Amino acid sequence: MSGAAIKCRDVRFSRAEMEFSFDFAAAASDVVAVMGPSGSGKSTLLDLIAGFETPNGGAILIGEEDVTVRPPARRPVSMVFQENNLFGHLDVFSNVALGRSPSLRLDDEDRADVHEAIERVGLSGKDKRLSPALSGGERQRVALARVLVRDRPVLLLDEPFASLGPALRAEMLELVRDLHAERGMTILMATHNPDDAEKLAGHMLYIEAGRVAEKGPASVFFGPDGPEAFRRYIGSKTGR
Amino acid sequence: MATLRVSDHRTVPGGVALGVVATLIVGSIAGLVWEAGADWSGAASAFDAYLFRVARFTLWQAVLSTVLSVLPGIVVARALARQADFRGRAVIVWLFGVPLALPAIVVALGVLALLGRAGIFADVLTAIAGDTWPGIYGLSGILVAHVFFNLPLAARLFLESLDAIPADHRRLEAQLGMNSWSAFRLIEWPAIRAALPGVAMLIFMLCITSFTIVLMLGGGPHATTLEVAIYQALRFDFDPARAVTLTFIQLLLTLVIVIGAARLGASLAGEAFVSVSSGRRVAVSGAERLFNGVVLALGFLFVAGPMTAIVVAGLRADLARLAGEASVHNAVATSLILAFAAAALSVVLSLSLVSARRALELRRGAAGPGLFERASDQGAALVLVIPPIVIGAGWFILLRNSGGAVFGAAPFMVVAVNAVMAMPFAMRAIRPAHDFASARHERLCAQLDIRGWARLRLIDWPPLKRPAATAFAFAMALSLGDLGVIALFGSQDVQTLPYLVLQRMSAYRTQDAAGLALLLGALCFSLMMAADWLSRRDA
Repeated sequence: MSGAAIKCRDVRFSRAEMEFSFDFAAAASDVVAVMGPSGSGKSTLLDLIAGFETPNGGAILIGEEDVTVRPPARRPVSMVFQENNLFGHLDVFSNVALGRSPSLRLDDEDRADVHEAIERVGLSGKDKRLSPALSGGERQRVALARVLVRDRPVLLLDEPFASLGPALRAEMLELVRDLHAERGMTILMATHNPDDAEKLAGHMLYIEAGRVAEKGPASVFFGPDGPEAFRRYIGSKTGR
Repeated sequence: MATLRVSDHRTVPGGVALGVVATLIVGSIAGLVWEAGADWSGAASAFDAYLFRVARFTLWQAVLSTVLSVLPGIVVARALARQADFRGRAVIVWLFGVPLALPAIVVALGVLALLGRAGIFADVLTAIAGDTWPGIYGLSGILVAHVFFNLPLAARLFLESLDAIPADHRRLEAQLGMNSWSAFRLIEWPAIRAALPGVAMLIFMLCITSFTIVLMLGGGPHATTLEVAIYQALRFDFDPARAVTLTFIQLLLTLVIVIGAARLGASLAGEAFVSVSSGRRVAVSGAERLFNGVVLALGFLFVAGPMTAIVVAGLRADLARLAGEASVHNAVATSLILAFAAAALSVVLSLSLVSARRALELRRGAAGPGLFERASDQGAALVLVIPPIVIGAGWFILLRNSGGAVFGAAPFMVVAVNAVMAMPFAMRAIRPAHDFASARHERLCAQLDIRGWARLRLIDWPPLKRPAATAFAFAMALSLGDLGVIALFGSQDVQTLPYLVLQRMSAYRTQDAAGLALLLGALCFSLMMAADWLSRRDA
């Protein structure tokens, strides 16, 4: 499985008296960091691509397909949320396996894939654990294991590591980078942390007041000629 | 929460559940209208002095019961709130939850066993009065029983708002050296005043629709409420026209109260077991400590008295003989089967409405709720406007007028009416857990395509098991102890335990009644304790 390109063509959406308007394209297998102030519309953009919200106008294309009005399950997309990625009453294995079969009807091959995914994210031996017995980082690992068994060309990350400490966060970024190297899915990652973006992203979207204010290669964003608004947002006076 | 564009069939069972509730209500009103339309003169001529006396008494006893419950309730709640270090506090708070777990008929017998003509205190009261104690019947009996139920309820609800006073206010109270009266006026009264209209409305509503207590303890035309008059008109006077008039007046009365309560923001589906925190230490002077001690002792005795009397009188009965009687076996079996069915139906209907409401809320997103959603939200609360006796009376007349088998319908009526009556409570137990789980799971289910049966089995049911069990036990206890519908529809063929108690009382077999009441009380109490325990255990 490799990635698919994402195109948002003049996507318009309104909620709670706020107007959103997104227009951009992300190349297949790219990693795009989405940054911007709280409430600027990062999560809304991801929700629109995942299908949790439906735009009032415009089109969303994944690969060659127009997915604008498709229900979430029928889009080639997996999304990892900041929290609530797991069903608390189900164990790790079931939580991952739901990515393969929504009714948990699994054949031997499915079971093997699930075990392999759990192993791959570093949770071997923990497949019978319930989510309350897992740490915050482990829960997000389970979510990533499910992403692996779903094997969709687009991965959306909605600040999934925001509540983790610095060391864990670095570990998780490492894991995402490795998974990207293996699978080559297109990743859109909303984050508040410039380090995340700098470590992982090929391109950047800077969102302000419901629209894409700046876009470009990450190297430019973090270089001396980065966009003024973005530099003000991350608080760097001169380029680094 | 995101708007989800998913085809969602969760609204279908909700529609069916609303249909069941609507059928029950519409059928009842159809019966009443039919009877009234067939012969206007009968219904109109029922507007006589008797009717006005009954209506006046209904209101009067409810006003007195409310005042006598609420005012002492405030004093008791304050004593509990200010004596947080008192060791018996937890026991009293727990004890104050027990009356709500007891069926009205059991409590009525407890009051009689204590204060009746042959009651435990009869000799003492005769000595004090200097005349033979006539027994506590009529208004005073009704008031004692109503206050027994509602004073503890009021105290617990007020205690809840007193315990919600911010800790910093209590610290200020200590720092500024407020005396007890200033603390009440400046800190506690505002909290109580906020809760007062809701608590008073709830208790007034409970007393105005109280049937069993008035039936057992009221006497004659001078101490009869509308509900008991409806029952007498149907079962003894065979005067459906009068029953119709009485029913419409009762409906009008409750409707006015419910609308008033809604204006005040009062919730009429009172919680059986309010959770009460351990409270905070408040500096209390020696004199106040003494006063609080006396208040708590009186409150304790008032609540513990009838409960002890139930047990003592029940144990005096010839329990061994009762246990061998076929009629008792039959009544126990009938009661358990009907209550089980009612509880199961209640839980299924409540689950359907709760999940339909949530699905509709998700579908509409930020837009305002539509009619269907409002109906699934408030529809069950509607039954609080329409007391069981009223629904029963309407169906009684409908079945009779259409030539149906009135007494043959007894099991269905008991199950349906009791199930619907328990719904506001069942929905209260189920909805928070359901909506909380839904908020966490909705997007995952949409993305992973978990739908229909798989979703119910894997995702929705596991976190709902415990609240559903709580609702089930609660509904079963409620149904088991109910004497409303079965009083109308009971017959030689269909007898529940409360009905059997009523029969033994009517036949002056008081000891038998006390024994059976003990059994009934024990059953309901155990179920309520199970409901409470289930709702407290961590998931």
